[in-house]
Amino acid sequence: MSAPTLYGLCAAALVGIGLFGLILHPTPLRKVISFNLVGCGAFLFFGIAARRGAGAGFAGDPIPQALVITGIVVAFAATALAVALILRMLEAGASTVDAKPLPPDDLSP
Amino acid sequence: MSLLVDLVLVALILMAAVWTVLVRDRRDAVIAFIVLGLLLSLVWMRLYAVDVALTEAAVGGGATGLVLLRACARLLPVEAEGRLPGPGTQIAAGLLSAIAAAGLAAVVLSPPVPYPSLAALAAENIHQVGLGNPVTAVLLAYRSLDTLLEKVVLVLAVIGVWALTPDAFWGGAPGSLKSKHASGALDLLARVLPPFGIVVGIYLVWNGADHPGGTFQGGTVLAAMWLLMMMADLADPPEIRLKRLRRLVVFGPAVFIAAGFAGIFMSGWFLSYPPDYAKPIIVAVEAALALSIAVILGLLVAGPAAEPPKR
Repeated sequence: MSAPTLYGLCAAALVGIGLFGLILHPTPLRKVISFNLVGCGAFLFFGIAARRGAGAGFAGDPIPQALVITGIVVAFAATALAVALILRMLEAGASTVDAKPLPPDDLSP
Repeated sequence: MSLLVDLVLVALILMAAVWTVLVRDRRDAVIAFIVLGLLLSLVWMRLYAVDVALTEAAVGGGATGLVLLRACARLLPVEAEGRLPGPGTQIAAGLLSAIAAAGLAAVVLSPPVPYPSLAALAAENIHQVGLGNPVTAVLLAYRSLDTLLEKVVLVLAVIGVWALTPDAFWGGAPGSLKSKHASGALDLLARVLPPFGIVVGIYLVWNGADHPGGTFQGGTVLAAMWLLMMMADLADPPEIRLKRLRRLVVFGPAVFIAAGFAGIFMSGWFLSYPPDYAKPIIVAVEAALALSIAVILGLLVAGPAAEPPKR
């Protein structure tokens, strides 16, 4: 088995494990971490596409590589925003995602 | 022999991923996730994608890990650990995830022949851009609109995070990143490392035109140095009302957009560069972007304001 195929299977497993964690965990932070696992797996598929598309003197197709760099950055920005939202939600009084929504007045500081 | 290295890496990655999902304690899950990010950057090296390896190590493991660890520290007293769903739901979730993974694995095992690739096109036109690193050429020339929108997303994320500031603290500084326990090692590191880190960061930006490296990788290293100094209490997080700070946040994207509009007059299209001046324009845009990225990453990790502005 070639290295890209092996890492492709690893990427598939990462998506599966992340998806499981996303459904399993009730707490929002654990969901964000699991979702990032799914993201890591998805990014790795781009790595396989790049390596398999090697040619023209490049060890990998540069287009998927550039796309994945953009993807990693956007994933980080989304994670930072999600974490800030979770922290604010807890400050506002919600204990878990299952907690009853508060009336809008109580959410303002 | 070479495949053995790959097999060991894959085994370690799967262990880290399973640990991330199954471990009880939230902080252990984050640490496993950081380990996973660093292992993945090794995988990117094995796939000959050095630029992605640099980004994954700096952002996927480093910056994301720092955001999650900070959240853990603040969550511990407040958030009650929720109960896991019953065994029926768990088995169903496991089955669903296994089916999804199996479907993806089937796609990996039956690649199209010949494999689609744009490498030839990228190589054909690279002399027009004057760059030696094809990934930078894609990021800042062929697909520069994607990169421009990505920077706008970063600015929007900063606005989103700041918008979560409670009214009473608006304009103030984010919560301190200082660790509760004084650490001699951290203090020494924060004094010794930044001069080197800043040189490495600038080198990565400058070098990114022709060799692995680039705006994002260099900007992240600069941000890491700033965060290190904030963690060792050698620098305070800046008040978010500062005009100078806000100008730094939009400086890079603004230069990029200006270069884009200049392209309309110089060569006819938005974000197109005249062939003779392509490289200097790209390097100037990269330098401006790196500065903004460093500031934006630092601000995203620091979070919304947590104390009232000082008079």
